[in-house]
Amino acid sequence: MQATETAAMADARRALEICNACRYCEGFCAVFPAIERRREFPAADLGFLANLCHGCNGCYHACQYAPPHEWALNVPAALARVRHESWSETIRPATLRGLLRRPLAATAGAVLVAGLAALASAHGMARAHTGPGAFYAVIPLATLIALGGASFLFALLALAASALAAWRGLGGTPRPVHLLRALHDAATLKNLGGGGGGCPYPGEQPSAARRHAHHALAGGFLLAFAATSVATIDEHLLGWHAPYPLFSLPVLLGVAGGVLMLAGAARLILLKRVADPAPLAAETLAADRVLLGLLAAIAASGLVLLALRGTVAMPPLLVLHLALVLGFFVTMPFGKFLHGPHRFAALVRDAMERDPARR
Amino acid sequence: MESVQQTPDILVPDILVPDILVIGGGHAALAAAITARRLGASVLVAEAAPRPMRGGNTRHTRNLRAVHDAPRGTLTGAYLEDEYWDDLLRVTHGQTDEALARMTIRASADLVSFLSDCGVRFQPSLAGTLSLSRTNAFFLGGGKALLNALYREAERLGVSVCYETPARAMTMRQGTIAEVVLRTPGGELRVVPRAVVAAAGGFQANIAWMREYWGEAAENFVIRGTPYAQGDVLRLLLDGGCAPVGDPTQFHAVALDGRAPRFDGGIATRLDSVPFSIVVNRDGQRFYDEGEDLWPKRYAIWGRLIAQQPGQVAFSICDAPAARDFMPSVYPAVTAPTIAHLARALGLDPLALAATVADYNAAVRGGAFDPTVLDSCHTEGLAVAKTHWARRIETPPFVGYPLRPGITFTYLGVRVDATARVRLADGTPAPNLFAAGEIMAGNILGRGYLAGFGMTIGGVFGRLAGEGAARHAGN
Ligand SMILES: Cc1cc2nc3c(=O)[nH]c(=O)nc-3n(C[C@H](O)[C@H](O)[C@H](O)COP(=O)(O)OP(=O)(O)OC[C@H]3O[C@@H](n4cnc5c(N)ncnc54)[C@H](O)[C@@H]3O)c2cc1C
Ligand code: HEM
Ligand code: SF4
Ligand code: SF4
Repeated sequence: MQATETAAMADARRALEICNACRYCEGFCAVFPAIERRREFPAADLGFLANLCHGCNGCYHACQYAPPHEWALNVPAALARVRHESWSETIRPATLRGLLRRPLAATAGAVLVAGLAALASAHGMARAHTGPGAFYAVIPLATLIALGGASFLFALLALAASALAAWRGLGGTPRPVHLLRALHDAATLKNLGGGGGGCPYPGEQPSAARRHAHHALAGGFLLAFAATSVATIDEHLLGWHAPYPLFSLPVLLGVAGGVLMLAGAARLILLKRVADPAPLAAETLAADRVLLGLLAAIAASGLVLLALRGTVAMPPLLVLHLALVLGFFVTMPFGKFLHGPHRFAALVRDAMERDPARR
Repeated sequence: MESVQQTPDILVPDILVPDILVIGGGHAALAAAITARRLGASVLVAEAAPRPMRGGNTRHTRNLRAVHDAPRGTLTGAYLEDEYWDDLLRVTHGQTDEALARMTIRASADLVSFLSDCGVRFQPSLAGTLSLSRTNAFFLGGGKALLNALYREAERLGVSVCYETPARAMTMRQGTIAEVVLRTPGGELRVVPRAVVAAAGGFQANIAWMREYWGEAAENFVIRGTPYAQGDVLRLLLDGGCAPVGDPTQFHAVALDGRAPRFDGGIATRLDSVPFSIVVNRDGQRFYDEGEDLWPKRYAIWGRLIAQQPGQVAFSICDAPAARDFMPSVYPAVTAPTIAHLARALGLDPLALAATVADYNAAVRGGAFDPTVLDSCHTEGLAVAKTHWARRIETPPFVGYPLRPGITFTYLGVRVDATARVRLADGTPAPNLFAAGEIMAGNILGRGYLAGFGMTIGGVFGRLAGEGAARHAGN
């Protein structure tokens, strides 16, 4: 996957070599057994191990060689740096790689441009609209489809290119059972479990807080995504026009998804504010914060839009929500969202390596 | 005690009067503090190290040895008292106390559940330690994770913990501890406790003290664990009239990668290359049978063997195929295309090393190499034989590692009885002084070592000391 040797890679390799001679953290996650399957750590393997690491911090607080020890070992931070580099490597088009390190500017810019585009085509911004098709009275359906479709397609293509690069790093073709195992590990975030007792985040005390909050966020995200998909079907196949009644499938899914997303993102933001900075790689945190903020804003604006859709606040809220969603689509392939495909690929590779039939 | 619940360096009254003062901050100290606090005593823990380095040698541990009659938790099979005792007898060559030892072995039965209740978690035996899965319970994340859980539990219960606070002086009257002086970051602090638990470890990090027995050589020892094991408390107790136990000149030592840090290198600097190589001293000469017995049974003698060589160094030499047979060290192997080049890279005389290797290669005999049994690969006709696993060193690149003695702990301690109460030199029990852990391990472990037994002694005696001290304070 990666060709050039960086300082982050050298530091991670040093750390993993020490771990391989120590092995005390073997029970925390899948990373340590994967370390023990190796004697050397070439660049591609570092990327794999870095994406397999879920950043639970268990191996920092347990480490007998953590600072102020002269070896100053910080496995989570070292792997977080390599992880970001590995994402950067796979970003397509390559000219946009720098955006990973400027997430706020990238996201704010994308949201702004999307907002302006939506505003340019908006009508009747200062009055209430009701009844079927009310949203399209503000922004014409064709514009919605053009903006949404184009940005989503772009995200899909760019993400697919990135995922393909990650896939090539797998070093083999997975069998369905490997995909199922990876799906299980991703859905449960088993590796954020600290070997069963929770992981030390935000502080030294083991806790399931982050894992549960992520479940809420990712689960909510999937529900919200499902809501959008159902709405698209309703709209185009069934000819029903949004806004939908409260007890329709898209609204129910959207509300559940929005609430879960908001709760999860808010919890993660709060945890992040009090998180012990020692095991974290400071330069990777902005990407986390920006995605968290964006997802929280999408969920909040969607919920408020639902609540106030009969009022004069609807048109500006609609433009805002649309701008945030479009901004999210466009920046997905250059930001923290990349952790999804990369982590999944790492889990697949781990399942392949663990498979006794392949050894 | 009420006046200083949290941070005595902010709020330093002249004198503290806790029920119990626990000196030390490792496994033994915390087992005592938690036990005493649970019995209602007010407890002050004085730990010499700063918080990030708290916990002494316990930071570097990975398991304890527990008796059990059926599979329990991560422990497989059964490990009964008599087998445990036999194992101990074998490693100590009888330098133990059967009554104390059997009591410890029996008490190890519920150590795992005591620790689990404190939030410590366990994991199956680590890769490469399958042989210990029956006898030893491994801490998830190792000793530092164990300590984090114990400190959390102690703080939750309301034990006061002072870091960077070594005990510096002690007033003993007729064997009773009247006062202890602690040195805190904010100045001296006088403590007048009802009872004291001494759990401050051995003295292996005190090079000046080690020099008394080992002379110049002590300067070349690597200390595997904490630099805070200065033995100050042990010395105060012995000077105050407590009965000594254990040979002061002796310590447990293993062969380490010679590039290990002076202190706190822990487990990762260990090198298991010896049975797969030949080991030469600074003069390029072999000095001991590298294949005498299976490595787990022999690894602990190599520390002392190297400590007795000139300059306290040795070099493990093998070839490329053999280097794949042992765990990698944290430091890169020194490699070279010829033995002479390897000698130069290691700072050895090329002619001497080449001659040693040539003689050895010529003497190698025997059949199928098998590292898991005492195989028939041996040498013939050498002054120093290699009796097993002898293979010619002939396939480049040649591989070398420098070795040094790494001191784990010292055997000198204070004598205790079966309630962890310290004995005075005249044989009478000290009224308000208890000891636990390495500072008294010599009572049971007078020689040798049994993997996981150090932590077992610390836990068993820590709990006894905490209980005894709390009962004493309650009266
Ligand atoms: C690398 C290594 C690995 C080991 N692995 C194992 C293992 O896997 N299993 C096992 O059973 N044993 C192991 N041991 C042995 C084990 O560490 C000890 O038996 C055990 O930790 C002893 O516990 P303790 O509490 O008595 O001493 P320690 O844990 O050393 O604690 C002593 C404490 O006293 C403090 N102290 C020192 N002087 C003072 C003072 N003047 N005032 C106040 N505090 C003071 C120190 O800072 C420290 O906190 C290992 C040892 C080493 C070095
Ligand atoms: C393949 C599926 C996924 C896996 C395995 C996964 C895993 C993880 C892990 C381990 C973390 C914590 C470590 C880190 O910050 O990098 C994390 C953080 C995060 N994830 Fe996911 N994730 C997945 C999908 C998603 C989805 C679908 C979303 C929502 C769109 C999401 C949003 C986030 C956010 C915002 C963070 C940052 C949280 C913080 O910094 O506290 N993830 N993810
Ligand atoms: S993180 Fe530290 S304690 Fe854990 S395996 Fe690595 S070196 Fe050992
Ligand atoms: S931070 Fe957590 S997930 Fe990452 S390597 Fe350490 S223990 Fe494993």
